[in-house]
Amino acid sequence: MDKLNSKAGLLIVGLILGCGMAVLAATGNPANMAMCAACFIRDVAGSLKLHSAPVVQYFRPEIAGMVIGSFLIAVATKEYRSTAGSSPMIRFALGFIMMLGALVFLGCPLRMVLRMAAGDLNAWVGLVGFIAGTGTGAFFLKKGFSLGREYDTGKAAGAVLPIVLAVLLVLSLTTALFAVSTEGPGSKQAPWFLALAVALVVGILGQKTRICFASGFRNAWLLRDFTTLLPVAGIFVAMVIYNLVTGGFKLSFDGQPIAHAQHLWNILGLYTVGFAAVLAGGCPLRQMIMAGQGSSDAAVTFLGLLMGAAFAHNFGLAGAAAAAATEAAPAVAGGPALSGQIALVCGIVVLFVIAAVNIRKKKPAKKAE
Amino acid sequence: MIEVDARGLSCPEPVLLTLDALEEAGDEAVLTIVSDTNQRDNVKTQAQRKGKTVSVEQKGQDWYLTIQ
Repeated sequence: MDKLNSKAGLLIVGLILGCGMAVLAATGNPANMAMCAACFIRDVAGSLKLHSAPVVQYFRPEIAGMVIGSFLIAVATKEYRSTAGSSPMIRFALGFIMMLGALVFLGCPLRMVLRMAAGDLNAWVGLVGFIAGTGTGAFFLKKGFSLGREYDTGKAAGAVLPIVLAVLLVLSLTTALFAVSTEGPGSKQAPWFLALAVALVVGILGQKTRICFASGFRNAWLLRDFTTLLPVAGIFVAMVIYNLVTGGFKLSFDGQPIAHAQHLWNILGLYTVGFAAVLAGGCPLRQMIMAGQGSSDAAVTFLGLLMGAAFAHNFGLAGAAAAAATEAAPAVAGGPALSGQIALVCGIVVLFVIAAVNIRKKKPAKKAE
Repeated sequence: MIEVDARGLSCPEPVLLTLDALEEAGDEAVLTIVSDTNQRDNVKTQAQRKGKTVSVEQKGQDWYLTIQ
């Protein structure tokens, strides 16, 4: 697998993933949302009726597929290792806050890249916040931030989330138990088998190459190492080409699908995601990959993301998409309501508290014999 | 030799601890112990970027990296 993790390999993996995204974009997923960890976890939360926003409910096969893909390849290559115990409740909080930030911006870092590739300048503004957020996280890491070590657990513990998601996926495909949107982003769906297939590939390649949108920028800050940004660049390039070919590329702030132009909140939303992701050791996508390879801590972060999405929509904390005026409705500027703004600022304060109180006093380095 | 027990730590702590130890060690070798392949590869890559040679040995489910 060394070839896969060479610079050329990582770039090619990014291009392959970008092609996978293009397939999902072309076959029905929401605009500029071929795949989005945060939005799709939010849709899953809706489908399970954890929130009742009618436009964002659908059990996305992508979410199950990514975790299961990572699980299968980890088992096959003997990299599966069931672990837990690194500050699980703090990780839950980090997941919760990460989701809040993502839903204020309207996308996880993956969707940020997809939106950037479609010419959505709001995502480029958000990128500033994301880079600043990962920089803040990197600063605390440099100071000695640590959530402590994880320990081995019984082999089965790490398999719980992949198995639960597999069962839920089967239920969603064979029954009408779960809620499904009839309009809005939740109703825009690529065929389930394509969604599942692409997600399995993302899970497998993500596990092999440790793709993470947050660690790319974090490593740039901490180690001046830009290698981990190569898969991100690959996805970006593939999607720019797709958007140019299909006419989906539009360089503007206004009229972008499922987006708003409240710059401050786009910046703060992704600042929150970047900061929380670095503290949690990975972006939402990476958390799912790690959960697949046996980390109960990452699975708890996933539950935090799921609950964060439920709260964000039950209490109207998420950003609203901007919309032009129609005969039936006036124009909407979009962005988070006051309650969402306050919640997000509180979330950022909590991140600083978490970062500050978990600075390790002593280094674990010691003189060996 | 300076020993860094980075087992079970999240990314990128094993790398940062190893780099700190290398700075402290001067010409001495550093032994970093990690518990997953991701950390093993990260520590190895970053130590090599610093011009160090790295030898890796698997013991049980852990990896011992001797960095010089």
